[in-house]
Amino acid sequence: MRFKTFTSPHMSPARSVNRVMRQVLYALVPGTVAMAWFFGWGVLVNVLLAVTVALAAEALMLMARRRPVKPFVTDLSAVVAGWLFALAVPPLTPWWITLIGVGFAIVVAKHLYGGLGYNPFNPAMVGYVAVVISFPREMTLWLPPGTLADMAFTLPQTLQVIFLGQLPPGLTWDMITGATPLDRIQTELAMDRSLSDIQASPFFGAVAGRGWEWINLFFLLGGLWLIQRRVITWHVPVAMLGSLALISGLFWLINPEVYASPLFHLFSGAAILGAFFIATDPVSGSTTPMGRLVFGAGVGILAYVIRAWGGYAEGVAFAILLMNMMAPTIDHYTQPRVFGKTPARKEG
Amino acid sequence: MTSTPHKLWRFNGGLKLPDHKAESTQETVFKAPLAEYLTLPLRQHIGEMAQPVVKAGDKVYKGQIIARCDTYVGAHIHAPTSGRVRGIEEHPVPHPSGLTAPCVVIEVDGDEDWGEHRMPPIEDLQNLDPARLRHRVREGGLVGMGGAAFPSAVKLNPRPQQAIDTLVVNGAECEPYITCDDMLMRTRADAVIQGLLLVKRTLQPRQCLIGIEDNKPEALRAMTEALGGEENDNIRIVALPSIYPAGGERQLIRVLTGREVPSEGLPADVGVVCHNVGTLANIYRAVIRGEPLISRIVTVTGSGVKRPRNLRVPFGTPISHLVAHAGGYSDDVERLIMGGPMMGFALASDQVPIVKGTNCILAARGEEVDPPGPVMPCIRCGECVRVCPANLLPQQLYWFTRARDFDKAQDYSLFDCIECGCCAHVCPSNIPLVQFYRFAKNEIWSQEREKQEADAARVRHEMRQERLAREKREKAERMNRKKQALNDKPAEDKAADTGNDPKKAAIQAALERAQAKKAAQGADTTPPDQGKPPSDTRTQEKTR
Ligand code: SF4
Ligand code: SF4
Repeated sequence: MRFKTFTSPHMSPARSVNRVMRQVLYALVPGTVAMAWFFGWGVLVNVLLAVTVALAAEALMLMARRRPVKPFVTDLSAVVAGWLFALAVPPLTPWWITLIGVGFAIVVAKHLYGGLGYNPFNPAMVGYVAVVISFPREMTLWLPPGTLADMAFTLPQTLQVIFLGQLPPGLTWDMITGATPLDRIQTELAMDRSLSDIQASPFFGAVAGRGWEWINLFFLLGGLWLIQRRVITWHVPVAMLGSLALISGLFWLINPEVYASPLFHLFSGAAILGAFFIATDPVSGSTTPMGRLVFGAGVGILAYVIRAWGGYAEGVAFAILLMNMMAPTIDHYTQPRVFGKTPARKEG
Repeated sequence: MTSTPHKLWRFNGGLKLPDHKAESTQETVFKAPLAEYLTLPLRQHIGEMAQPVVKAGDKVYKGQIIARCDTYVGAHIHAPTSGRVRGIEEHPVPHPSGLTAPCVVIEVDGDEDWGEHRMPPIEDLQNLDPARLRHRVREGGLVGMGGAAFPSAVKLNPRPQQAIDTLVVNGAECEPYITCDDMLMRTRADAVIQGLLLVKRTLQPRQCLIGIEDNKPEALRAMTEALGGEENDNIRIVALPSIYPAGGERQLIRVLTGREVPSEGLPADVGVVCHNVGTLANIYRAVIRGEPLISRIVTVTGSGVKRPRNLRVPFGTPISHLVAHAGGYSDDVERLIMGGPMMGFALASDQVPIVKGTNCILAARGEEVDPPGPVMPCIRCGECVRVCPANLLPQQLYWFTRARDFDKAQDYSLFDCIECGCCAHVCPSNIPLVQFYRFAKNEIWSQEREKQEADAARVRHEMRQERLAREKREKAERMNRKKQALNDKPAEDKAADTGNDPKKAAIQAALERAQAKKAAQGADTTPPDQGKPPSDTRTQEKTR
């Protein structure tokens, strides 16, 4: 009798890339829904559009590179990249910006570097930064959170804005768009207003930007679920949010009129989404436990530095890309001590 | 009886696996009937191959030595039963490559006749001296029963500078499916304890720790009963949490004592000797009953056999014979594994024999061991890092191995990998990581071997050059002498003729000088350093 031979281990494997990515997607759902709740249909349209573009670009690139299409498309990593991109851009982003951003992410940041597993930078963030730099105006056109908006866009109206660039009659961009809380603080601080004045506006909620607090809370829930399901480890989120809270807390204590509170920093921008879903991207991040702490802490500090003193109100994307560059070096210097490699410890 | 619980330490990583132990522990150990032929490979342990001392046609008795291995790391092979030697033949042996190797094939006569070959039981146990015990273990061909098959006598002989204070007994049996140690402890706990007492007398450790995973409550109970309590006479039974690979020697020592065996060292370096429960029972058998190692308990299990159970089998029994006594294969059996599902290797055929190191035969159906899906690129998720009990960075090892950068792989401690398979099991990209590490290790070994062969070839070349030069020199000398002899006579004549012409004499002298110089030059081409004799390099290779 002949048998099939394989090498050990022979136990059926417990995980797959597809499963890991699927769980990341599940975890994104609550935050995404919350975001759509506050910012309207545009969020969902963006997600759908970005995911479609990502899948198409992925398939085309795989064919061009003569790689098997099915296993790679079904690994869902492109879906995750597209989805994250969609969450980073304003809800009424024109379709061609999404096309360019996601296309750039998949084609250049991912496949030109060798595809899944080989990209040194997080593709979604590369795509996002590319459009932020190229189309600065469009990228600041956020809507005010729904509870504050004068009107809510219907789905057809949303589609019309995104795909045809046509606002409903009687509206202009200036009338409907606003800044993100971080933007607003940065601009108004530049006009020498004090933080307590700025935050007195109804635009801000209890601890951070109205609406944003809730959105971030739901992303937090999804992130914690990922840790609980052992899809990600706690190291990066804890280090990143910890260092961001620490450094913002420090400056806030020094001068609360100029520096926003730690809670504001955690719950107003992309810190939580970044900490749990983007900085934890295994491919472009650090892989050793110690390295992940260093990596996360680096992202937190850089994000703060960019937000507080840099040219952009939001620093998470840039911080992640900067730390991506450091990841190989960090890994090199944080190798765990190999079992039995130091003089044996004595009993006790 | 119970005192404070024993403190346990942790090792990094490891896995909680479905243990699949229940399948094969429904029935007690069954003594398998003899097969028609027994096929005994000459190499069944780590170390040198044994040399056969029988030939085709010889009658052999049960327990008779049929192949000797007298090197320090070696174990004899005994006839598992009586019969006639059919021959010493190449036969497929249990090896991942499906290789054949020389085996003694015995045609079984069914008499189970020991003849004069049972070793005399040692009676005066109280005064059993260490050398005598070691000798008995060596004569009995005992090797470790945990799978690696390391000759047991060596472990009873620590060097004087290694003060052994702890004897660790491995009853962990952490691989899923395997239950032969479990069943042994359940049924022969007293043999294990008696064997332990013998070893304890020899090594004089301060403490003995018996580690058993807590998924074997019956074994724990039986052992406790045999010991007369959880702790007795500095021997202690410790229930361990079931975390694969807690039964790895280094991991077990860590868990029980907190000590880390140095990367390039042995347990003895931290004052520990570790024996498997099966080995202890065999030591007891060898001393009390005078039986050499000729059979063992093997777990035959998996959904691919109809009646999973543990069988006591003589070595050399073909696996097919064993499977027949485990109810035969189920219809859709796909894979046959020798050893456990994590570290065992898949066999292409069931026509290979059970050897000393065989603890388990796992016949699996498709759904039990799903052939892994397509291999995807490493996404650097670090799952492998999280579970690696050796604290390695498996994804980096994989990366370097793929790039054939073996130096880097060694820098990242490739040789500390115990091939436990944890990393591959959790890898979401389905990468057969362990296969890559084995490949890398083999490449490095073969590169080293090639280098040694190249060195040997260089030495051979130099030897040849020297020989050629010497031959040339000798030839020149011979020619010289002949010429001299020829020259001498005419010279005398000429001298007489020419009346001592000084010019001619000078020319003659110059010619002779030139010739001598030439000859000397010929000799000079001999390399000044004659290199090592080849026999040297051979011994070097041997001692490696
Ligand atoms: S588990 Fe697999 S995919 Fe993840 S880092 Fe290790 S080798 Fe790469
Ligand atoms: S097989 Fe080697 S690298 Fe993989 S987990 Fe085990 S010891 Fe670590």
